[in-house]
Amino acid sequence: MLTFRLIVRLFHSAAKIQRKRMILTVTAIAWGTIAIILLLSFGEGLKRSMDQGRRGLGDSLVILWMGETEKAYAGLPAGRPIRLVPDDVELVLKSVPEIASASGEMHNWNVQLVNDRKALNKRVVGVHPAYGELRTSYPQPGGRYIDELDQRLKRRVVFLGNELAKDLFGTEDVVGKTLLVADMPFTVIGVIQKKRQMGMYGGPDSDRATIPLSTFEAMFGRRYLSNFVYKPVSTEIAPVAKRRLMEVLGAKYRFDSADTRALHFWDTIENTKVFSKMMIGIEIFLGVIGALTMIIGGVGVANIMFAAVTHRTREIGVQMALGARRVYITGALVLESLALTFLGGIFGIGVGAAIVQVLAAVQARAKSEAMEFLGQPTISIPIAVTTVILLGLIGLVAGYFPARRAVSVEPAAALRYE
Amino acid sequence: MFGNGRKKNGANPGAGNGDLIDLEGIRKVYDTGAIKVEALRGVDLTVKENEFLAIVGPSGSGKSTLMNIIGCLDTATDGSYRLKGEQVGGLSIDRLAEIRNKRVGFVFQNFNLLPQLTAFENVEMPLLFKGTQARQRRERVEFLFEQVGLSDRMLHRPVELSGGQMQRVAIARALACEPDIILADEPTGNLDTTSGRDIVGMFEELWHKGHTLVLITHDAALAGRTKRVVHVQDGAVVSDEAVA
Repeated sequence: MLTFRLIVRLFHSAAKIQRKRMILTVTAIAWGTIAIILLLSFGEGLKRSMDQGRRGLGDSLVILWMGETEKAYAGLPAGRPIRLVPDDVELVLKSVPEIASASGEMHNWNVQLVNDRKALNKRVVGVHPAYGELRTSYPQPGGRYIDELDQRLKRRVVFLGNELAKDLFGTEDVVGKTLLVADMPFTVIGVIQKKRQMGMYGGPDSDRATIPLSTFEAMFGRRYLSNFVYKPVSTEIAPVAKRRLMEVLGAKYRFDSADTRALHFWDTIENTKVFSKMMIGIEIFLGVIGALTMIIGGVGVANIMFAAVTHRTREIGVQMALGARRVYITGALVLESLALTFLGGIFGIGVGAAIVQVLAAVQARAKSEAMEFLGQPTISIPIAVTTVILLGLIGLVAGYFPARRAVSVEPAAALRYE
Repeated sequence: MFGNGRKKNGANPGAGNGDLIDLEGIRKVYDTGAIKVEALRGVDLTVKENEFLAIVGPSGSGKSTLMNIIGCLDTATDGSYRLKGEQVGGLSIDRLAEIRNKRVGFVFQNFNLLPQLTAFENVEMPLLFKGTQARQRRERVEFLFEQVGLSDRMLHRPVELSGGQMQRVAIARALACEPDIILADEPTGNLDTTSGRDIVGMFEELWHKGHTLVLITHDAALAGRTKRVVHVQDGAVVSDEAVA
């Protein structure tokens, strides 16, 4: 404690660095700090934007398509097609507690949609009520998604994609209006909230019409599902859920539960893991670039500290002659380096944060898709902490080496220095 | 004038033979890579307590090197140096700093006051390094300024003082931690005659109070005011005689 107070005192009493050089050095550090803050903020914005886009498909979703058996099983030959029916959804939900929610899905990719204004051929999808939640297809205010009653009563109700609603009616405000789907009148019950959807199969959710699965079956005379979507109770037990599902369906349709060709899985949980690793990679990359810029500022600080040490050789010699231990001298110099670094850092963080705010405001108003994809630059706590830690490290290193040189000189030699 | 002087150090448990400074066969070689310069070629010298001696010699004779070694500002290449019985060779850098702090008071030709500090802060510095408490520091520094007759200049910066005043501040600083020896390197070299005489008078007074003083000078008149003159030439002691 005493040592620290003494170091602070020596730091205060040291001859001060020339103002012009100090301003330049502080500016260099501020610049580095701005660079790292901007890069990391854009990284964070991109990550959040991509994350949002990924969730557009659905969070922790698993999608499976029908396949053909590859292995002979229980006296049955390989090469049998496996086709699931709507009742399998109930079977799976009942027998696999690891699965929280599931829905069947039937596609008809070319159905005529007609109103008094327009006629379009679009994809129509039949789904269970759980589908809306699974695929993050939420209705805009005033509307609703397909519900249990719709499914049970085979109601002729339709939930529209936002782009499709605009195409058909010229507006998204269409709840209660009538639409002919394959010549049958349907009532529009809701329009999907605009969402960014990065992963997709069978076209974007914004450009399709969704009706109850029961209605779909009756209208188009289908028996088999096009695909099946489910969500496990948690991402940790996803592999267990998948295995149990294969066992249950394998028992019903008589295929080996290890037969990977019987059903095809698209496991977005796995994708998420890969994706988040990739994002960490991008963030590290951006951070390293920012850190390198900051290190250039740090070299400036080290340089000015070397100059200060040379300039003050005599002063340091006198202090040593009077009995200063090495730590007093090195401590005061490191403190000075840290002070310079943090002074630059404070400016940099202030200016960087201001720039991020401005850019975020600009981005929010921009209509371009590229800008939307880039996301809003965001300063987060980890970014602030990373920046401060880096500043501290740079300040320490930039002060330590000049300080070590300062005390490596014999006091006699330091006193002789002109 | 300078307080209770050195009498309290009369009993000297560390030193077997009672010598304050005991140099034996001291050699100092400056190795610049290409050439080796032997600044000291085996110096033997002992100084007892309360001696007042001058080390004289032409420039380049090695007297400054000798002073640096006595003051622990530099270490000998070879030989043994005992300061108040303690073997100095091989001590750690921080231990040497402690010895300089507590046992040696330096007075330099160019004063070596820190220009950005006030006179008070300059004198306070060795006490800071020693770890003296704030109140005792203040008392001690005020007392020392009273002794050197500069109480009204305590808050001035060195540039606002005359040469003689600066050297008096330096002496106050040298005395701050009650050192065993005062080492003065050409203390009057940068002073006018009157101020120089003033400073020499001050040294004599310190000697009367019981301090041990070692002066390094090439000024014969100044050397003549001490009690013992050691001549150094070409890195060796060529004569060592008491002044009548």
